[in-house]
Amino acid sequence: MSKARAAIFERLNAVERPVVEVSEREDFSVFAWDKAEKIRRFTERMQAVRAEVHQADRSNWLDKIAEICQQKGLTNLLLSLTTEWGQAISQNAARFPSLKHYERSIEDWKEELFYQADAGLTSTLGGIAETGTLMLWSSPDEPRTLSLVPPIHIAILDTDKLYTTFAEAVQEQGWLEQGLPTNALLISGPSRSADIAQVLAYGVHGPKELVVVLV
Amino acid sequence: MTTEFRIDVKKALGKSEVRAHFRKAMDTLMINRRNQFPDDAALQALRTQAQAIRANVLSKLPELLQQLETNLTKNGVQVHWAETTDEANQIVLAIMQKHGAKSIIKGKSMVSEEMGLNHFLEERGIEALESDLGEFIIQLDGETPSHIIMPAIHKSKEQISTLFHEKFPDIPYTDNVDELTASARRILRDKFYAAPVGLSGVNFAVAETGTLCLVENEGNGRMSTTIPPVHIAVTGIEKVVEKLSDIPPLLSILPRSATGQPITTYFNMISGPRKADEKDGPTEVHLVLLDNGRSRIYSDSELLATLRCIRCGACINHCPVYVRIGGHSYGTVYPGPIGTILEPQKSGLSVHGELIQASSLCGACGEVCPVRIPIPNIINRLRYDSVRKDSENTPTQDAGTKRKPLEAATWQAWSWAASTPSVYNFGGKTATQLRGLVPNNLGAWTSVRSAPKLAEQTLHQQLKALGVDHE
Repeated sequence: MSKARAAIFERLNAVERPVVEVSEREDFSVFAWDKAEKIRRFTERMQAVRAEVHQADRSNWLDKIAEICQQKGLTNLLLSLTTEWGQAISQNAARFPSLKHYERSIEDWKEELFYQADAGLTSTLGGIAETGTLMLWSSPDEPRTLSLVPPIHIAILDTDKLYTTFAEAVQEQGWLEQGLPTNALLISGPSRSADIAQVLAYGVHGPKELVVVLV
Repeated sequence: MTTEFRIDVKKALGKSEVRAHFRKAMDTLMINRRNQFPDDAALQALRTQAQAIRANVLSKLPELLQQLETNLTKNGVQVHWAETTDEANQIVLAIMQKHGAKSIIKGKSMVSEEMGLNHFLEERGIEALESDLGEFIIQLDGETPSHIIMPAIHKSKEQISTLFHEKFPDIPYTDNVDELTASARRILRDKFYAAPVGLSGVNFAVAETGTLCLVENEGNGRMSTTIPPVHIAVTGIEKVVEKLSDIPPLLSILPRSATGQPITTYFNMISGPRKADEKDGPTEVHLVLLDNGRSRIYSDSELLATLRCIRCGACINHCPVYVRIGGHSYGTVYPGPIGTILEPQKSGLSVHGELIQASSLCGACGEVCPVRIPIPNIINRLRYDSVRKDSENTPTQDAGTKRKPLEAATWQAWSWAASTPSVYNFGGKTATQLRGLVPNNLGAWTSVRSAPKLAEQTLHQQLKALGVDHE
């Protein structure tokens, strides 16, 4: 198909290029919100799309997550054994439903992941206050499907990592400098659709419920 | 003149129930969009920025495509080029054959509609299954999308309930939307579980990082690009974006213009297949870059603006023609104002040239376009292309084929009369004197309107009577 490539480039290169005024391109969107305001806006946006938001701190977040698991009647919880949060939960395993660690390649346990996992718990890279958004980067510790396949996604967000806008987050966290992961993801609520007569329905393909725990 | 388009339009206008769905849906979408932009100055600034980003891309498209290819390849993504939709289909087929795959599960992709991929694969014994809820529904009914964002918008809840019950008799009849959605989830979960290949479109392809970005609400895009061992993305060559920092402004304006959401549920940025130490994701990722007429559009500095489009559908939602005739009447992949300018340019004026008449030039599409494509101007330009004498000076195919000698002579005569005052004044006075002779039946015009009556005096005469010296 390099013939197609050559033909396309030949046509594109045959043209005199339009000159473009670029001055407005660099506008950078950011707000001067303090931490409390960022939390307030983030929470408001998340709740508007039917996500649950819980407040916790370093001393009681384990209790909060145990409480959520109990309230949802989870029989199991899928998580990473290697993240800071995953380790702490695993050390207190008795307080939680049966813990499953994402240790094998998906091919080795696809059926269990698809049909038996009740909820997946992940850390987050941070959040965006303007739109009520979580940022997740896939990694060997926390694969993509952890926040995708189970019907409930529980995400822990460190409130020191809340940014006002996506533009600010990308710049402050140095996404370009770090190099992007296989899959960078923004999540702004549970899976939804309005494809049937514009009636909102949740849990089409992704999680039906999104639970955010602010720490 | 009765053409297929006109027959379809007439049929669509007669379906009052479907028209009511469109009216209600478009009203909701317009209100939702307006609520997202309470500050007009901020909206205009964001539109200018989005326009600058997209126009910039087009000013260096070949370089950026090369950069995109280099970085994607470095990331482990296999890049393919297709001049025509048939070539693109063949590329997808070859990848599937290499893996012995008999089925493909699809996330929402308008370029795959453009390719007619489902039909192409099914003819070769391969099952192509849509997983976007709206696309899934219309596929069950053997239909095509009637809107680029909300493909099943023409169907009522009752129609969808009946359709589900017909196609899946084991599932008890229900018109509860949550239950219908849950059924679709169950059915498609099993399909995702087993699918050997997944397909998606691309909203933005970032040249700087070699990243494919996908905007969606349901998770069909995430599932299609994560679960099957092979992921094939298809997109047009114009979808490239230069820098990662260009993404936040575009992501800010796209969903707000499209559905009036501040952001979609998922924004998925894919920069390569599964790495050695990763536990999921496809082991192979392919990108098919489709031309299909785009590089021809690229050669004209005015028509070029067509390629800025980010496929939000705002022009469609605000179009007084679309809301009345619906998406299917257009007979094209892309309906509404963007289809009106894009389709005749892709396939030639002799195929879809009639669409450029299906506009009142009210200007709403141009006003709401997030990248400021002057759609009404381009419609006018294509109307001109269809009758111009110097057809060699436009890349539009079949230019000049609508030119009629009598019409051309009439306009030439009019031009001469209007710029020769003695003739113009004489003509005006004569017309007022013969005003009684205007027939009541003026063909199509008077079929739904009363015939116009000429004034007793010309405007010049009236102004003179009012004492205006300098007309």
